[in-house]
Amino acid sequence: MTILGFMIPLSLAMGLFGLGTFFWTMRSGQYEDMDGAANRILIDEDPL
Amino acid sequence: MNAITLPPVVPAKASPAETVPTIDSRFTVPGIRCAGCIGKIERGLALVPGVAAARVNLSAKRVAVSHADTLDADTLIDELRKLGFEAERAADNPLARDDAETKRLIRALAVAGFGMMNIMLFSVSVWSGTDAVTRGMFHWISALIGIPVVLYSGRPFFASAWMALKYRRTNMDVPISIGVILATGMSLYETLTGGEHAYFDGAVMLLFFLLAGRTLDAMMRGRARSGIAALLGRMGRGAQVVGEGGATRYVEADKLRPGMTMLVAAGESLAADGEVVDGRTTIDTSMLTGESDPRPAAAGDLVHAGTINLGNPVRVRVTAAAQDTAIADIARLMDEAGQSRSRYVRVADRAARLYAPAVHTLAFLSFCGWMLAGAGVYKALTIATAVLIITCPCALGLAVPAAQVVAAGALMRRGLLIKDGSALERLAEADEVLLDKTGTLTVGEPRPITLAMLGPRSRAIALGLAQASRHPLSRGLAHALRAEGVEPATVELVREAAGSGMVGRCDGAEVALLRPDVHAGGRADTLAVDLAVDLLVDGTRTRIAFADSLRPDVAETLAALKGQGLPAAIASGDRAEAVAGVARQLGLFATAAMRPGDKLALLERRAAIGHKVLMVGDGLNDGPALAGAHVSLAPGGASDVSQQAADAVFVGERLMPVAIAVKVARATMRVVRQNFTMAVLYNVLAVPLAIMGHVTPLVAALAMSGSSLLVVGNSLRLARAAGADGGKDGK
Repeated sequence: MTILGFMIPLSLAMGLFGLGTFFWTMRSGQYEDMDGAANRILIDEDPL
Repeated sequence: MNAITLPPVVPAKASPAETVPTIDSRFTVPGIRCAGCIGKIERGLALVPGVAAARVNLSAKRVAVSHADTLDADTLIDELRKLGFEAERAADNPLARDDAETKRLIRALAVAGFGMMNIMLFSVSVWSGTDAVTRGMFHWISALIGIPVVLYSGRPFFASAWMALKYRRTNMDVPISIGVILATGMSLYETLTGGEHAYFDGAVMLLFFLLAGRTLDAMMRGRARSGIAALLGRMGRGAQVVGEGGATRYVEADKLRPGMTMLVAAGESLAADGEVVDGRTTIDTSMLTGESDPRPAAAGDLVHAGTINLGNPVRVRVTAAAQDTAIADIARLMDEAGQSRSRYVRVADRAARLYAPAVHTLAFLSFCGWMLAGAGVYKALTIATAVLIITCPCALGLAVPAAQVVAAGALMRRGLLIKDGSALERLAEADEVLLDKTGTLTVGEPRPITLAMLGPRSRAIALGLAQASRHPLSRGLAHALRAEGVEPATVELVREAAGSGMVGRCDGAEVALLRPDVHAGGRADTLAVDLAVDLLVDGTRTRIAFADSLRPDVAETLAALKGQGLPAAIASGDRAEAVAGVARQLGLFATAAMRPGDKLALLERRAAIGHKVLMVGDGLNDGPALAGAHVSLAPGGASDVSQQAADAVFVGERLMPVAIAVKVARATMRVVRQNFTMAVLYNVLAVPLAIMGHVTPLVAALAMSGSSLLVVGNSLRLARAAGADGGKDGK
């Protein structure tokens, strides 16, 4: 059962990491223009 | 300047010579549709000297440009026009205030989701049978996760419940808050005393499901509002003011002062009341009064804010601005009219009025019952809590928003932007329609009466000329020609001669679109009031007459509304003769020459005898009626004021969205009632179990998620309701 002492904090840390990342994506405005992001990959770059 | 000044942006491209301070300007560009447009605008603007960076937001149909302060917004609008996009200055979005609220809900939802998943991990282990020591430890960890999560994610509910209780009312949030707080407190007690059942998972799961409903609701509102905000702003929010020495600068409407001279171009709307000092033109007053016939205006005539200049550029001396204009009276009427609307009680809150006391009584009775049966305080309290949790309106909380969000999404795809769920509820109750004429039954823009006299070559040339101008007649002509599938001819050397028309060359010959009283190369001598242009091709002049035509599907829409039991009538501010023609054609009862106050009074008379009127209108003169009606719709071409007062805005040429909206709203309420029935049935099954003391956290979790999924699944059926009549409008 000692493995639990390691696994539980680990799983919680991973969950918190995911939550933190989601908060960061929200704050950095990544959901402001979802349609635009989907369409931008279709823009042809200028030939170099 | 309407440019929003933000903290300095680091220029993406070093400006030539020295580093000039940059400012950010925002423009709404309704024409952005695809990746090609994004590329074209961003690359095109980057080449303009002085522009540091341009960023397109496709969802909001906006462009943010960071540019040197020497560059003004008009130059940028011109540049965008050269790229092929009509642009407007974007003002601060008056409807975007609750963006922050949506973000708060999303964060609360994310935290609740995190908590729910982690606690469930421990709960599943507990349910599958652990020894007392491990169970105790898992309960402790669940408590450590659950309590902060409940405190954070529960705030929206606690705050709303507290507000309701403070005003001695009750809403859905009161039973939710009591249930969550009791469950958490009870579970904490269980944990401290090493008990068997902790409901942290139930409490957090409840919050998660309810937050999901709230968040969807808020996102639906946000999307509709940003869609409407993109339509706003064609009305005069400012004007080009002529300064000393003839230089012009842009001045916002609220900074205009009496005595200033505005230069009003063709197609622009006036930002303030004033007196024409120079030039002759035709003024479209339909937004302000509902009159469909344009009025001539020459030096000395008074013109009002909110009217549109259809003819030539004129100079207007401001006599009254902002608060003193003719619009201000309308605004006052609207404020008063809007108050009756706020008395409407939403269906969820009406349900809560019955539900909350019932649930609390039931929980209290089971507590008393078990006490009398000699079970002891602890056991009686556990059971009472279980009753509260199992009856906690998880499905009830989702029953309304889930159905409304799905319906609003389906309507949005059909070109109808619903501002909130209460609009759908009121729309379903409507039993009468009152329609404005100009701009609502009609398109609201001059369109050619017929194009039959034009041959294919003439049509192509006409489009080639018309599409190069922003004049309302040119725009109407270009729109009608494009609708017929005409491809524009290549017209060279196109130039717009202000006040006379468009001139160019095609295949070596001179072609022109001219005002009827202008001779090729000559000057205007009389003032034309009739709306018409002459097309000059190969030496022949063809007159194209314009009128504000009816929307293409008015008759079908009125028939559909009648089929739904909604008789229609016209309430117009236009002259009796103009209204009579339309009324006879459509077979409707009509009232003409109504002032804004008259329309509102008519609505109040109908409401007094028990009718629930759906008002459809576009003009400033409809504003008070839109605000005062039981429910109201406005077309996308409506004045800003009307779009903000209306419950929903429909875009496009067709009127059919009005009938579809009523149909979908009724289907939505049907689904809401089914959802309520399911939630009640679930309670009828689950509550006896809870009262008997058979509900464990496992049963609670299963029942909760099961009933929620059932309700959401039922609501999803609505996605098809809006498309059921064939999707025949070519979208």
